[in-house]
Amino acid sequence: MDVDGTRGRMADYLRDHQDKVVGRWSELVVAGGRGRTSVEEVRRELGGLFTLIVRVLSEADEHADGELQAALDELSRGRARDGFTPSETALGVFSLKEAVYELVADSAEMVPEFLALSRMIDDLGLSTFEAYSAAREQIISDQVTTMMELSTPVVRLWEGIIAVPLVGTLDSARTQLVMEKLLDTLVATGADHAVIDITGVATVDTEVAQHLLKTVSAARLLGAECTISGIRPQVAQTIVSLGIDFGDIATKATLADALALALRQAGLKVVQA
Amino acid sequence: MDRVPILKIGPTLFVSIQIDLQDESVILLQEDLADELAATGARGVIIDITAVEIVDSFIGRMLTMIGSISRLFDAETVIVGMRPAVAITLTELGLSMGGVRTALNAEKGLEILNGKT
Repeated sequence: MDVDGTRGRMADYLRDHQDKVVGRWSELVVAGGRGRTSVEEVRRELGGLFTLIVRVLSEADEHADGELQAALDELSRGRARDGFTPSETALGVFSLKEAVYELVADSAEMVPEFLALSRMIDDLGLSTFEAYSAAREQIISDQVTTMMELSTPVVRLWEGIIAVPLVGTLDSARTQLVMEKLLDTLVATGADHAVIDITGVATVDTEVAQHLLKTVSAARLLGAECTISGIRPQVAQTIVSLGIDFGDIATKATLADALALALRQAGLKVVQA
Repeated sequence: MDRVPILKIGPTLFVSIQIDLQDESVILLQEDLADELAATGARGVIIDITAVEIVDSFIGRMLTMIGSISRLFDAETVIVGMRPAVAITLTELGLSMGGVRTALNAEKGLEILNGKT
């Protein structure tokens, strides 16, 4: 790649002026970061990046390229997570050009060297943007997952019978949400029977069981009866081996069984038409 | 001191709590209710707490106690219209209101009492 030795000479030049260039580069980046990063922090990050860039330029070893790419990806991901804009992130790399330019501006013989560096920085800037948008995509998809888990629909099965299909992981915050929504719906609809379906709950530990018990006793205080349905064989085994006692709370294998029980308790009978 | 009125409707005593419950008013209510149960021989008590937004462990316990007192007069107590927030609080406090029936509203509460033989 280094046909006429320009990259090698640039590497030597940069190595000689390391402190000056990194210092100026950090200054430019901090100024562009609107005070969200400290000088020391930026200096450390860019110092590492600078060393890698010099190694790539001097073509000393074949790992330098990959290492520089990885370091740049890591930096961009961090920026994306911290809420920097794409231009601010890319500017972090492009500022190096500015910093070097200020140094070599007076010496005409450095022009080919500077152009070589400039081309390289342009490529790096592009890859920063790639990494940045990949990180953003990741963040968005994570958030979608979280939101899916948080959505807790309360559905009406019959006059006076509602159901809450629980999907995903149950933690305290989410159980609180489910409990509030269930109780609100009980009051709003005047339903006196609720079915909590845990088919979609992957694991039931003592904490989850505790949450379920609390929800049921709160519903009872309102005057509504609760049935827990959708207990899978493995979950049943876990519950028994953990020694969890559901007391006098009715549990059923399927939502259909729970509905049948609720209908029976409501004094309704399903017959063949 | 705010007093909670006790209404007699047929064989049922109806208590609707419309004030912010203070400890003293709950104690007064308990005494009044015991007097009334003795005087009328009512078979059921409905306590409507729709308007109650805040409860503490004392009030929760007093409500349970009212249920126990009523049972001594062979009357069943139904607490109706509890708000979700109140129910969550009582559950967090570990009060499950044993011995007291609960219903979503006064109508369902009356059904429970009338269904009693």
